[in-house]
Amino acid sequence: MPRLDDLDAAVEAGLDALDAPRERAAHGRLRRVLWAVLPPVAFLVVVIAIWQALWAAAFWPEYQLPAPIAVWNELWARIADGQAFGFIWTSVHRAVLGFLIAIVIATPLGLAVAKIRLIRSAIGPFLSGLQSLPSVAWVPAAVLWFGITPTTMYAVLLLGSVPSIANGLVAGIDQVPPILPRVGKVLGAGRLQASWHILLPAALPGYLAGLKQGWAFSWRSLMAAEIIAASPLLGKGLGAYLDDGRTLSDIPTVISAIILILLVGVGIELLVFRPLERQVLRTRGLSGTA
Amino acid sequence: MTATLDESTVRPATDSAVRLSGVHKTFGQGERGVTALAGVDLDVAPGEFVCLLGASGCGKTTLLNLVAGLEKPTAGEIERNSSRPAVMFQEAALMPWLTAAANVELPLRLAGISRSERKNRTIELLDLVRLSGVGGKRPHELSGGMRQRVALARALASALHTSDGSLPSLLLMDEPFSALDAITRDVLQAELVRVWRSTGAAAVFVTHDVREAVRLGQRVVLLSSRPGRVVQEWQVADLSPADEAETVTVINQRLREVISSHAAA
Repeated sequence: MPRLDDLDAAVEAGLDALDAPRERAAHGRLRRVLWAVLPPVAFLVVVIAIWQALWAAAFWPEYQLPAPIAVWNELWARIADGQAFGFIWTSVHRAVLGFLIAIVIATPLGLAVAKIRLIRSAIGPFLSGLQSLPSVAWVPAAVLWFGITPTTMYAVLLLGSVPSIANGLVAGIDQVPPILPRVGKVLGAGRLQASWHILLPAALPGYLAGLKQGWAFSWRSLMAAEIIAASPLLGKGLGAYLDDGRTLSDIPTVISAIILILLVGVGIELLVFRPLERQVLRTRGLSGTA
Repeated sequence: MTATLDESTVRPATDSAVRLSGVHKTFGQGERGVTALAGVDLDVAPGEFVCLLGASGCGKTTLLNLVAGLEKPTAGEIERNSSRPAVMFQEAALMPWLTAAANVELPLRLAGISRSERKNRTIELLDLVRLSGVGGKRPHELSGGMRQRVALARALASALHTSDGSLPSLLLMDEPFSALDAITRDVLQAELVRVWRSTGAAAVFVTHDVREAVRLGQRVVLLSSRPGRVVQEWQVADLSPADEAETVTVINQRLREVISSHAAA
């Protein structure tokens, strides 16, 4: 009998060695970074070259299509005198604060919609509907309710981002394979334990996707609010800077502002959400596109 | 085989680990309700290995879920005289965000067992299923057979270590090897029998594979389909290879009859 057992153990060890998925050899770090950086940089160069060519051809007047160098000069001037950082700080700290508040509101809301049937059928459709409403549409209402105050900014931001974070969490929970909560039950998890140890971690990829989208909505909504409800009392954010460009008919300022708004949006996505998402997907064996 | 263990010394003194009397289970209500089980009586002795055999739709999974407490019977009684059962499903259903070791540890964590204690028991259990080296790997880095062994270790953790040891333990398995390739299944069957012997637990093993049922079980219970009822039982403990082949043929024949009877309807 023991011999047979040893034999089984040997076969089992062999199967384990053969059947376990192999890890793919990772490319070198340098190579990965180059692959991530070079194509977008090349694309940018092409875009600027075309821009330069169009400007040189003078199809449009200068106040509509400025020279790339004019935009660069404006941008550099704002960076050199430090104003750019002031604009970015004003906007980003508002956006981050608003985003955090949105998380605090949206998470329990999403949980309730996902788990309580009545709440789902009552407010689920409105929550999805709100997502397709452009948040700019809230600006006039918010101005009438709260005046031109920071409250207006936060109200617009929350109306934009809360639905998408909550919907992300709902989608994440809906996609949890039903076997996992059942396993939790047979392993002896109570209701709260099941939420904490099984449901939330299982829903994390969807939740994170919702957070990412929620951030994008926060940022967009805030910019819309800042552009429309600009006032010296509110401090000057990127939206107000952009609106300055419009009132002065200064196209280099307008384009500089757009570039800064894009940079912040892309920067936060790349520095915060991309690594988080990668981490979460990789531990689950869902490598995604990253 | 003559040199078998004297079973009376292995079995605890209680008279049955699981007893089902007149269990009915209907899903839905009224005319559109589907009867999955219609009057099932079944007695599993402590330490006994029972295989539930049947074609699709015979309610064998339902029966197991009832015993596991995942569902309630529509009528009849289920008496379970055991600690929390160790349940295994067709899929390993490991938590993909936890390592193999953390998966095994999960039921211990849910039961509020101290950290150092948990670590020790996890190591023991991984050792028992011969996976000591891979505790740090994630489920997606393991083969199907390895995942099922982690699931076995996790199920054992919940059964053996989370409630008081005075009650006999119980393994409930719902076709745990049916998604595996033939040789892996073969090895895991041997593994399961080894674990079952070493824990002295009663086992209820659901399968649609006659050979597997005869190989693993001490008793094979054949269920009819739609609704599920006990059709016939065979004692299959310690058969000689010739008798085993003979029994497989007999049970196969009976199973075919049961399935054919549905063609007429």
